[in-house]
Amino acid sequence: MQRVPSRLSVAVACLFSLAIVGCSTTPKKEQQPNGKKVSINPDPYPSTYSPIDGQPTIIRNVTILTGTGEKIDNGAIYFADGKVVALGADVDAPADAQVIDGKGKWVTPGIIDTHSHLGVYPNPSTRSHSDGNEMVNPVTAGVWAEHAVWPQDPGFGRALAGGVTSMQILPGSANLFGGRSVVLKNVPNRTMQDMKFPDAPHGLKMACGENPKRVYGEKGGPMTRMGNVAGYRQAWSDAQDYIVQWERYDREFDEGKNPKPPKRDLKLETLAGVLKGDILVHMHCYRADEMTVMMDVMKEFEYKIGTFHHAVEAYKVADKLKEQNVCSAMWADWWGFKMEAYDGIRENIPLVHQAGACAIVHSDSDLGIQRLNQEAAKAWSDGKRAGIEISQADAWQWLSANPAKALGIYDHTGSLEAGKNADVVLWSGDPFSTYSQAEKVYIDGGLAYDRANPEQWPVSDFELGQVGEGDIK
Amino acid sequence: MKLMLSLLATAVMSTSVWAENIAIMGGKVHTMTQLGTMEKATILIKDGKIAQIDSDLRVPDNYRKIDATGKVITPGFVGALTTLGLVEVSSSAGVVDSTVKKAGITKTGAALDVSYALNPDSSLVNISRVEGVTSAATTISNVDTLFYGQGAVMSLGEEPLLKAHAFMKVDVGSKGAEESGGSRAALWVALEAALAEAASVEGKLDAKDDWDGINSRADVAALKKVLSGKMPLFMQADRAADIRQVIAFKKRHPDINVVLVHGVEAWRVAKQLAAHKIPVIIDPEFNLPGGFDQLGATLANAARLEKAGVMVAIGMDTHNIRLAAQHAGNAVANGLSHDAGLASLTSAPAKILGMQDTIGSISQGKRADIVIWSGDPLEVTEAAEQVFVNGEPIKMESRQTKLRDRYLSSQKESHAQPTQYLRP
Repeated sequence: MQRVPSRLSVAVACLFSLAIVGCSTTPKKEQQPNGKKVSINPDPYPSTYSPIDGQPTIIRNVTILTGTGEKIDNGAIYFADGKVVALGADVDAPADAQVIDGKGKWVTPGIIDTHSHLGVYPNPSTRSHSDGNEMVNPVTAGVWAEHAVWPQDPGFGRALAGGVTSMQILPGSANLFGGRSVVLKNVPNRTMQDMKFPDAPHGLKMACGENPKRVYGEKGGPMTRMGNVAGYRQAWSDAQDYIVQWERYDREFDEGKNPKPPKRDLKLETLAGVLKGDILVHMHCYRADEMTVMMDVMKEFEYKIGTFHHAVEAYKVADKLKEQNVCSAMWADWWGFKMEAYDGIRENIPLVHQAGACAIVHSDSDLGIQRLNQEAAKAWSDGKRAGIEISQADAWQWLSANPAKALGIYDHTGSLEAGKNADVVLWSGDPFSTYSQAEKVYIDGGLAYDRANPEQWPVSDFELGQVGEGDIK
Repeated sequence: MKLMLSLLATAVMSTSVWAENIAIMGGKVHTMTQLGTMEKATILIKDGKIAQIDSDLRVPDNYRKIDATGKVITPGFVGALTTLGLVEVSSSAGVVDSTVKKAGITKTGAALDVSYALNPDSSLVNISRVEGVTSAATTISNVDTLFYGQGAVMSLGEEPLLKAHAFMKVDVGSKGAEESGGSRAALWVALEAALAEAASVEGKLDAKDDWDGINSRADVAALKKVLSGKMPLFMQADRAADIRQVIAFKKRHPDINVVLVHGVEAWRVAKQLAAHKIPVIIDPEFNLPGGFDQLGATLANAARLEKAGVMVAIGMDTHNIRLAAQHAGNAVANGLSHDAGLASLTSAPAKILGMQDTIGSISQGKRADIVIWSGDPLEVTEAAEQVFVNGEPIKMESRQTKLRDRYLSSQKESHAQPTQYLRP
């Protein structure tokens, strides 16, 4: 595939570098009478997130997992103005900083869940709220999860109490191409845009295996795994053609030929974004053999699969996953609910880690997202019993650094390092224990959750005036 | 521990024909009886039963000794409400015996009987028991009738059936309403009418008797066991108003052995539940309003029920019934006492199922379903190290451990042969 820069790719690049002058004023529409080149606004639904006001805070005498594989015993962390300023055995802080004694407690980076359907499959899970699967066509790459996120889903607040500071909201897995995902900061607010993680790249949800063939088997196909792969290949091929059309338009425009721009196709626009490397692929896939076929499709069409989600059999091909640098986002112990989940084992995550591949703990559940630390703890201890020695400090990378990398936000969050966002959780004790709980959760340095202060617990509009409003959740 | 495991490996070969006598020595034993927790005790196992437990005990000569110093010992866990033995793979993978579509033999669903369907070779059996689950209540989970048939208590050992006709479930919340014409106004009338009809039949309905009831003949026979209190009635409800109806039902039918199931808002009527001695089976992690029946969902449910004096059982799952311990642990993290957390997995479900003389505690005469744990079983990082079912140390192996060992081995060294030739 030719990789000539086009207007489309330049425009998409603005997503990641807002500093480029003129990006925000890029003309939105396609058909210009004459003279002006048509280009696509890559960010038509921009983030309006603003952090909760924080105060400079130092937590002392605390055990810190940095998220980069380090553990600091009896250390300190100081954060101010939304950023981590310093951490280590001893840290200076101004006299007016708020001081928290962390004796017996632990600090970690905020948990990042790469697989959530909060807001698109919210609670209450009524049919009228079911907005996660556009089950009308196996290829719906043109739909965006962010257009369906209901910010009043009480699940956001529950996840916050579990130490989750950012998450990716994905469309479901009914379709070969389910649509674009969105990354949110877990500060429940009025609108999706108020929660949208600034500068995070878009993701594309894809799905292998049983779900698409079950959904479309009697609705025109795909009916088999053969049909699934033919569906991906045809779509990628169409996207290549789409890119060529726009490149031709760009070229002819530059030659002064005043060409007619191609008809905009939202589905192919997303796929083209993947082929150009601007949109990250998140692919629901369980079986080892199937993941390997997908990595060949990836090579055939020269794109990148960022993460296999669920990846229940990743342990069987961990070497191949490492070789292709594809992450696996996994549960600790879910298995057996369908054939492709039949070979789930408790040591999946540690085996993938041990092979040197990228391992992520994910939830795909409004309950699981509330205790992802326990999922990591189970995987860590199961690995240990099987002779796979991984430090807790390394294991925490499954919860924050690796997911941040998989979402393209590691420059901002996912580890505790000076200059990064102060997404910090203070745990009542060792977070690998069932009995430990998140006591304070800071997002960009603002105190988003404080277990000791029920008055400040988030209560969604839906829960106001209902039984259980403001109760222990 | 290594020594102990190798000793056990030889024991695994033994069969129930000449089960050996075993002494488990020096562990911290949660007896789940009035004796409470014994910091260092010895348990004698003979003929599949617990022969004796004491903190100061001389072990007779013909007992094999297992050192459990530093370990934690509990009764085997009792899955409170599962479909174990009735399902292998839930979706698109052949017959699932926990799902029953319209069947000619039943009109109200009461007659269905899972005791015929239990499959001890299901991979879920080994996968669950190596993690400490040694028995479970199991029943139908999906019907389009009023009742969910007659559940059974299953052992995760060689002989699966511990008790047939052990309980019957009925949903008196939204799901039950949907199956009864879409409204509780129909559901409760149907329930009362079905029971009244069964009560009106004297003796046994014969095949030659004329019968055109709401129930089939077989349904009537099953419901009679519910009416007499022999077979507990598991009533599933979440909304506090529905639970109040369950309590009113108990007042109308004092002989029926009522158990509340699911009970997301049970904490709101905890005192009344305690007053009427209605135990509950819950998943304490449900803290979201999945619908308008669960608006009061809270992680404090289990703790508040305990405080009011309600007996709480935990463990509603099937493929991952092994995670019931984690669920109970999270209830403890949110205020349930640790003792009640352990009881919710052992003595409470045993009592609910009327099996307290057989399983769910460690005391003389009980079935020797016992687990030696690496530490606190409610901690996610601890695990079962050796499980005994009916007095036999089981092989701590499952499909999953074999898959693990095959790929651990293939990861460790590059083999000349493809993976399928590797036998773990």
